[in-house]
Amino acid sequence: MTDAEREALVRDVLAAIAPEAADVPLAPDADLRAALDLDSMDYLNVIIALHERTGVDIPERDYPALFTLEGAVAYLGAKGV
Amino acid sequence: MPALGADMEAGILAEWLVEPGARVEPGDIVCVVETQKGAIEVEIFESGTVAELLVQVGEEVPVGAPLARLGERAGQGAVTPEPSPADAASGSGAPQPHLEPAADRQPQPTVAPSPAGRSRSPVSPAARRRAAELGIDPARLVGTGIDGSVTLADVEAAARTAEAAAAGQPSAAARRGFDPSEMRRAIGAAMQRSKREIPHYYLDQSIDFGPAASWLEAANRDRPPADRLLAAVLLLKAAALALKEVPELNGTYEDGAFHPGSGIRVGWAIALRGGGLVAPAILDTERQPLGELMRRLRDLVQRARSGGLRASELSSASFTVSSVGERGAEAVTGVIYPPQVAILGVGRIATRPWVVDDRVLPRPVVVLTLAADHRVTDGHKGSVYLAAVDRLLQEPEKL
Repeated sequence: MTDAEREALVRDVLAAIAPEAADVPLAPDADLRAALDLDSMDYLNVIIALHERTGVDIPERDYPALFTLEGAVAYLGAKGV
Repeated sequence: MPALGADMEAGILAEWLVEPGARVEPGDIVCVVETQKGAIEVEIFESGTVAELLVQVGEEVPVGAPLARLGERAGQGAVTPEPSPADAASGSGAPQPHLEPAADRQPQPTVAPSPAGRSRSPVSPAARRRAAELGIDPARLVGTGIDGSVTLADVEAAARTAEAAAAGQPSAAARRGFDPSEMRRAIGAAMQRSKREIPHYYLDQSIDFGPAASWLEAANRDRPPADRLLAAVLLLKAAALALKEVPELNGTYEDGAFHPGSGIRVGWAIALRGGGLVAPAILDTERQPLGELMRRLRDLVQRARSGGLRASELSSASFTVSSVGERGAEAVTGVIYPPQVAILGVGRIATRPWVVDDRVLPRPVVVLTLAADHRVTDGHKGSVYLAAVDRLLQEPEKL
């Protein structure tokens, strides 16, 4: 996948969990939890969906690496997605 | 028409999921009702055959009004799927002993196949609203959202295809979306009644969440994401188990007397996107293993946000837990949801200085706040309860 494809995938997952936020502009370095008002259940659902879509097992200790859009794209890239 | 809150007076029949002649069993979902809390699925608590539907789609009827008539049962007559008219009119939210555990009621084929075999996927509020505008029946769409829910994008996609447009039904147009201002009014009415009628007292306790956090971290290390637990589940389980030790906090206050809950059904307050709050109940909360509790919590949150809660889940809680979550305030002092007699507020878990053996250490600390009804208990009982929750959380492996 390219960075653009990875970003599209992450945005797709986020839109499914925060549908009303689908059209909100999202800064690459913004904390997704604050920007999209995700609580811990929502965030877990993001992780679950990313795991299902990519097969990457994202352990809890890695969660902070995926708190931003650019972070998530880089993390998935480093895992070979 | 079931009462889905202390203040609900009427509801609009949005969709029938059975037809005359259909066999129904207790727990089957027979219709969807639009209320101030959004679209709520209504179960039936009798078995028999649907003889007649008494309310048309789109019709508003008062709480307690019969919705359908069942045949083939002793004492044939009008049947409301839920509390008796008398109960409903007083907004008692009486416990219903025949309930199936909420999360076990997975979508099932209705006994009499409904037209075109509906998918019964949850539908997000935005999707529902758009679908109503477009005259599309969202229940017929294949959801691509989390847990298969139908999202706005699915509706838009369906609208672009001619087949989907042809599948639109008049009934879909009658199904209104969740209305934040109505929800606000419902919350206001219930909380006004609470503040007017219930003499609250409040107790705070700071708890060392360290052992629970460590246990959770270790437990989640080997679990795939879908099986991971949240801190909320440990708090919910401890809150429910502690009610066994102080049963005076578990139940309702009605007609001048405390009525102990028949079982522990903790309502979990869920904030809705776009504003508002619902607190659906989890049957036998204290007996559920943590994994099962987590599964139910996820299911409830998902359905609360997409408009798929069941009537029974909204009227049967015997106690409520309100957690502000990981980005919330340090403490929350709840307002009791009548006719319940207590609510536990859970603040954000935050690292704080904590004294252990005369040394100050950083620890994850959570402030628990109990609000309870002075007509039933006093601060002593309340303190015993908070101490029990604290003790239970120090031994998370036993939860």
